[in-house]
Amino acid sequence: MLTLIDEGSGTQLRDDAVVDMTVTGSGPPLLLLHGVEGTAADSEFVSALSADFTVYAPSHPGFGLSPRPNWCDSVDDLAYLYLDWMRAQGLDEVTLVGLQFGGWVAAEIAIRDSSRLSRLVLVDSVGVKVGGREERDIADVFAMPRTELDERMFATPHGRRGDLRLADPDAVLHIARNEEALAVYGWEPYLHNPRLSRWLARVDTPTTVIWGEQDGIVTPDYGRRLAALIPGAAFETVADAGHCAQIDQPSAVAQLITHDKGFLATRGLIAAER
Amino acid sequence: MTMNIYYFTEAPYPHLPPAETYPSVRNSLPNGLMDPDIAADLWDRYLLEWQIADEAGLNVMVNEHHSTPTCLNSTVPVSAAVLARLTKNARILILGNPVANRNDPVRIAEEMAMIDILSRGRLDVGFVRGVPFEIAPTNSAPTMMSERLYEGIDLIRKAWTSHDGPFNWEGRFYHSRQVNIWPRPYQQPAPPMWVSTTTPSSVRRIADYDATVATFMLGHEGTAKVFAAYRERAAELGRSEGVESKLAYCGLVYTGKTDAEGLEGARKLLWYLKSNKVTFEYAQPPAYGPYAARAEGLRGVYNGFETKIRSMSLEGLIDNGTVFAGSPETVRGQIERFYELVGGYGNMILMGQAGFMGHDETVAGIRTFADKVLPNLAHLQAGAVHA
Repeated sequence: MLTLIDEGSGTQLRDDAVVDMTVTGSGPPLLLLHGVEGTAADSEFVSALSADFTVYAPSHPGFGLSPRPNWCDSVDDLAYLYLDWMRAQGLDEVTLVGLQFGGWVAAEIAIRDSSRLSRLVLVDSVGVKVGGREERDIADVFAMPRTELDERMFATPHGRRGDLRLADPDAVLHIARNEEALAVYGWEPYLHNPRLSRWLARVDTPTTVIWGEQDGIVTPDYGRRLAALIPGAAFETVADAGHCAQIDQPSAVAQLITHDKGFLATRGLIAAER
Repeated sequence: MTMNIYYFTEAPYPHLPPAETYPSVRNSLPNGLMDPDIAADLWDRYLLEWQIADEAGLNVMVNEHHSTPTCLNSTVPVSAAVLARLTKNARILILGNPVANRNDPVRIAEEMAMIDILSRGRLDVGFVRGVPFEIAPTNSAPTMMSERLYEGIDLIRKAWTSHDGPFNWEGRFYHSRQVNIWPRPYQQPAPPMWVSTTTPSSVRRIADYDATVATFMLGHEGTAKVFAAYRERAAELGRSEGVESKLAYCGLVYTGKTDAEGLEGARKLLWYLKSNKVTFEYAQPPAYGPYAARAEGLRGVYNGFETKIRSMSLEGLIDNGTVFAGSPETVRGQIERFYELVGGYGNMILMGQAGFMGHDETVAGIRTFADKVLPNLAHLQAGAVHA
């Protein structure tokens, strides 16, 4: 068993929702919402971002070392928890980055209240239904062999988990716990909210949608259709990257965020676009 | 009064391609492999075998599974309703209704009430959490299954026992604002309730309902722990007297005229254990069990109880109390030994058919048990052993 954080060692989002959160770097605030890979697996990406941002990287309740209160069982709950936390911290002009499952959470935050957000970045995000009822928009990660899952998640060998029989037992505990949490939040409807596609039109935050060209869980076409639902959203693809594009190509994905024209303009590095 | 015996088969469709040609017998094996005529013939004979068990003085048990040829009984209320009319005296045990995998407990209450009426009060209603493989075919969330199971049970029991017009139910999982089922059950106040489990930690709640607890193929070690937990809770509740009648065990059982014949039958029953080829993702979905146990599965350290007993020899399975087989005297001795090892129990479920075991052989096993073993179990009475 993993030793989870508690009220003493964790960061309170609100009430009994206490999470493991790392804060690194300096600069304007960036809230990074991870996917099923867990925050630890995103460390290279976090390093790349922390040159330009103060990166807040929580583990959602139920993931990593964050306990999950029994009542907290929906993406709605997560969205409200992070909105409350941003308000309690007095954070403004936040760059909100959602990775895969975390992209769904980020989108749910943005449609509710974008007043503390300066930008929204979705990386290989799930969360919407774009196809017909008989189209499997999102590959069923709960019904495929590990080797296939590995190949769909990662385009490059270094991100892949490989043979778990040879893996560090603690790492496998993390995988099992993260997948358990993914099942809690995303079993049915499967990794999406049927209402989200309707309400994405409310997003009034400059948005960039970033996609791994080899994403085997949600295809780039899904990404384009997701981006099309968000007013004015830019769509970028990353070569040699799978579903976890931030792990396959941490620098390339980070650069799309740090060198984004909107971001550079807010820092006075280039003239703001009219 | 002796031990209550229930005859049971999963109603398998054993005519499958070689196991090495498919990854999983459950969920992904195309149903195009099933010949409808063969399935109908199988159902004719399985129903007849339950009828013969009834005529031989045994009770009957049915269960359900989904998306699998190992069990063609996908809707247990349907087969139980048929048996309500085909059998005359048998108690009909459904073990059970997978409440957490069905989204309408009120409908389950109605189905059970119907069968109870059709059988004039011969129904025993079991509830099960549901096996991990069936998360996928029912699209049921593997999370909070016990919570759904028990909220569903509470709603079903209230539906059975409320007789003054509609009541309201707005729980965490189930919502029904006008519950008032017709017909209500035949047995009053409600049909007997059964729950299956594998772990002592879930027994307290079962005992609190005064329900019968059943373990399946768990062997004497695991079963002794479950039964001990039940006895302990029953004692706390002042219900120690006759507690054996609330304890049930299901094993693979074949009784032959001789030991050799009994063992030959048992080898055919092992199909049930050996044919359950299931891929990891269906056998251990996330959130079904503790994540630490699933991590062990991912690491290949432990792949669950089923995998363990699948690799055991017939001798080992007899020794641990999964299989009971041999001549009538031998089977009686095995049951007596099991009875001693678990501290007594009052209900035994015989899984007496599996795989390719044919009709004649199945019937011979049923009749030999009924004629030659059952009459000699009278000394295993409720209260005869105090652990």
